Amino acid sequence: MLMINLILILLIGGVVAIFSERLGADVPRKVALAVVIIDLIYLLIALSTIPQLETLQAPVPSDPETWLMHYSVEWIPAFGIKIELALDGLSMLMVLLTLILGAVAVSASWTDIKVRQGFFEANLLWTLAGVLGVFMALDLFLFFLFWEVMLIPMYFMIAIWGHENRGYAAMKFFIFTQASGLLMLVSILALVVIHHGNTGVWTFSYFDLLSAQIAAQTAFWLMLGFFVAFVVKLPGFPFHTWLPDAHTQAPTAGSVILAGILLKTGAYGLIRFAVPLFPQASMEFAPVALWLGVAGVIYGAILAFGQTDFKRLVAYSSVSHMGFVLLGVYAWNILALQGAVMQMVAHGFSTAALFMIAGSLQERLHTRDMREMGGLWQNMPRMGAIAMFFIVASLGLPGLGNFVAEFLVLLGLFQVDRLLAVIAALGLITGAAYSLLLMQRSFQGEPDETRQLVDFGTREMLTMAVMMTALIVLGIYPQPILDISRPVVESLISFSSIVTGGSL
Amino acid sequence: MNGSQMQALMPILMLSLTAIVLMIQASIKRDEKATWIITVVGILLALWGAGYARDFSQPVTILLQVDNWGLFFTALVLLASLVTVVLSQDSFSSEGGSKEEYYLLLVLSALGAVILIQSSHMASLLLGMELMGVALYAMIAFPKKGLLPLEAAVKYLVLSGCASAILLFGFALLYAATGELSYKGIGEKAALAYISNPLLVMAGTAMVTAGIAFKLSLVPFHMWTPDVYQGAPTPVTGFLATVSKGAVFVALARIYMDAELHQYESLILALSVLAAFSMLIGNLLALLQEDIKRLLAYSSIAHFGYLLIVLIALTGSEMASEAVTFYLAAYILTTLGAFTVIARVSREDQQKSQISEFEGLFWRNKIQATALTIAMLSFAGIPLTAGFMAKFFVINVAIQGSHWFLLSALVIGSAIGIYYYLRIIFSMSKTSGNDIGFRDRSGDITALLLTVLILMLGSWPQPFIAFAGGL
Repeated sequence: MLMINLILILLIGGVVAIFSERLGADVPRKVALAVVIIDLIYLLIALSTIPQLETLQAPVPSDPETWLMHYSVEWIPAFGIKIELALDGLSMLMVLLTLILGAVAVSASWTDIKVRQGFFEANLLWTLAGVLGVFMALDLFLFFLFWEVMLIPMYFMIAIWGHENRGYAAMKFFIFTQASGLLMLVSILALVVIHHGNTGVWTFSYFDLLSAQIAAQTAFWLMLGFFVAFVVKLPGFPFHTWLPDAHTQAPTAGSVILAGILLKTGAYGLIRFAVPLFPQASMEFAPVALWLGVAGVIYGAILAFGQTDFKRLVAYSSVSHMGFVLLGVYAWNILALQGAVMQMVAHGFSTAALFMIAGSLQERLHTRDMREMGGLWQNMPRMGAIAMFFIVASLGLPGLGNFVAEFLVLLGLFQVDRLLAVIAALGLITGAAYSLLLMQRSFQGEPDETRQLVDFGTREMLTMAVMMTALIVLGIYPQPILDISRPVVESLISFSSIVTGGSL
Repeated sequence: MNGSQMQALMPILMLSLTAIVLMIQASIKRDEKATWIITVVGILLALWGAGYARDFSQPVTILLQVDNWGLFFTALVLLASLVTVVLSQDSFSSEGGSKEEYYLLLVLSALGAVILIQSSHMASLLLGMELMGVALYAMIAFPKKGLLPLEAAVKYLVLSGCASAILLFGFALLYAATGELSYKGIGEKAALAYISNPLLVMAGTAMVTAGIAFKLSLVPFHMWTPDVYQGAPTPVTGFLATVSKGAVFVALARIYMDAELHQYESLILALSVLAAFSMLIGNLLALLQEDIKRLLAYSSIAHFGYLLIVLIALTGSEMASEAVTFYLAAYILTTLGAFTVIARVSREDQQKSQISEFEGLFWRNKIQATALTIAMLSFAGIPLTAGFMAKFFVINVAIQGSHWFLLSALVIGSAIGIYYYLRIIFSMSKTSGNDIGFRDRSGDITALLLTVLILMLGSWPQPFIAFAGGL
């Protein structure tokens, strides 16, 4: 029930937020913040009572009883569809990340959203609810449902409160994810129909479908359906073109959620579904996926270098960073996968913070064009210092979370393919180039003395402090995260190697 | 014909009775309010009759086949007629003049649809289709002002007449080949006749299919659809899209099942081509529309393309008939939901159905905007709506039959479709100068009820699936 409650709290909180607007324009955001924090506390209390958390035994992918939590109830028996939710170390990390960044997003919307706050905060909470569902659903039908439904509130956030070109961006975002989602739906259904043909049982449960017997040729096509859906969301090269538009046009809170959380659902889907459901096919496909990953790393970095729009630059840098996740997943060994998980968490924080800074700049300067910035450090020293922190985090400075992540991925990748590891390592250099360019153009240089700008206030400093602490902890003492994700990663790898006869 | 057969015909009898009462009432004293009430009561009685007749399912003479499946669609068609009656009450109020005849025509058209749904013989099929069609011509042309309704009615009349002629000629050819006119009889003799005279059977089925495809506005027989949708008064457009098309599709499904036409590969191929073209061209042309009624016309073309997949995959899947039931139910509810809102928004002036008219609707009337949003999401096949479950069924059936080519057309078509459905939602979410809320709350309850039904069918489909499986 706990997992259902987590989602329900957010859904109901959204409705409350809409109606709370009648009490005053600034009530909804307080309600939203309270709802997210209540949800987080509720989760933490519940987690603290789970005995397995201390021993952290490896969950067997196909046996729900070994997972941290498992909940299942009939929904549409005609097709064997259940409301089945489960939590293991990986999903737990993602759920925590979602809720923390959710609170950050509410904070980012504090002064940014000036009209219809109630509906905005409701959409924000509903998106979070959908994302939580994606991270916890283990019935493929339910997973698909959350996958699609979370797009709608996100679409509204971009389409109603976005910037100048919001209609185009929202539409593009929705069509890319929806169209690729349709491919996944066909794959899911084909998988279920084949399983039904073999066993005579209708089921959408992940735990049952893991053992589905599929002909190699068919498995390849089905895997591709999942792969495309997840890589569009990730986004991986060449399906990334929706991302710069959506991120740039979305309001700050929307960008935070998009970059911080929504992109991770793609990575999560690859780790949880695409590879374990079709290990053999994924192994055959891995070289292509790895090349796509490298292409994303390099191409994203080059495009980021060419941007003049602050947000667009950060958006393209996400393409580059998420390329590392793709590399980590398809290198499919313990080091690389741990790195991918680490990258998901670290990138969530660093990019969310950068988008918040971009949003604050836009709020103050009414532009995102870096050519009109420069010397802002003098105007706003606190913001400058914080921006510096997150920019070096994003370029992979040792001691911060992103470095650990990218280093682990490269280490794991090196065991699989040296050439690719070498090329991908170039991404660290290009990353430094565009990140420092971002810093120079906006915060350094000649200050415009005529500007009267308000520096970061308490609320913003507090939000930033949360994310800075997280990145420092991740960078200096990453062991807890690695400990949580390791059993999951190990059992996934051993599971898929049993299926493929040890060749993956 | 015995007593229990009469009882089986209860919905038809009730509708006929309503039509007679309406005529008598109009000849005694013309009173629009009274006519409206009689119509509503008559349709409600017919709905009751559809439930009542369930205990008497049987073939009634050679012409009609009363069974649970048909009775369910009868109920659905009656529900759609009821919604149309409710919408019509407001819709023409600015027209001036009385419209007693309109309700009479509507009842007659619904009667034709019910006969069509229950027909098991070419004669009753033609009878039902013409009764439905002829009444509909007059309904389309009913508004006295403006040229568009007249243009639409004439266009529909002429083209529909041609289609009926082709259909009739198809019947004649089939009769020449088999000597039968009942669906089952044709099915039994057609296989033999096909060996001795393949051309006659092929030409006959092709012409029957073309005639029906016209009514369903499948590509390439779709030319009339956008003009008629746009020109007809909005409630009538909704009626045409739900009652007329739904009834014709049920008739088509019956012919295919009873006459076992799915065994003829060339026919299946022809249907596949129709389906693929309808899905792709319907969706593509919908992209270009600025008028929401024209847009929905093209969207309905695409939806009948999706639905046709089920008919093609009839033999390969055990759940094909449930899929037809679910899809038609979802389509009819969603279409009604959409036209309820459109009728409300464009009520003042028939021409106000441009997409730009819907700008800012979210901030003007939340209920109407939400209803239209849910309807659009359901059309687009987003989870939790009836449209998603319907598409889920179609994809499932198509996969079971391994129709990968049609499946890819469906995926491409749906992907294109998202754009124009979202366009409407986006338009409603815009903040325009047009931000005056409308006080008048009429039509809200209908919209709300339909929305709840769409959401229920999408998020809690189990009871309905079990029900559809038992039909």
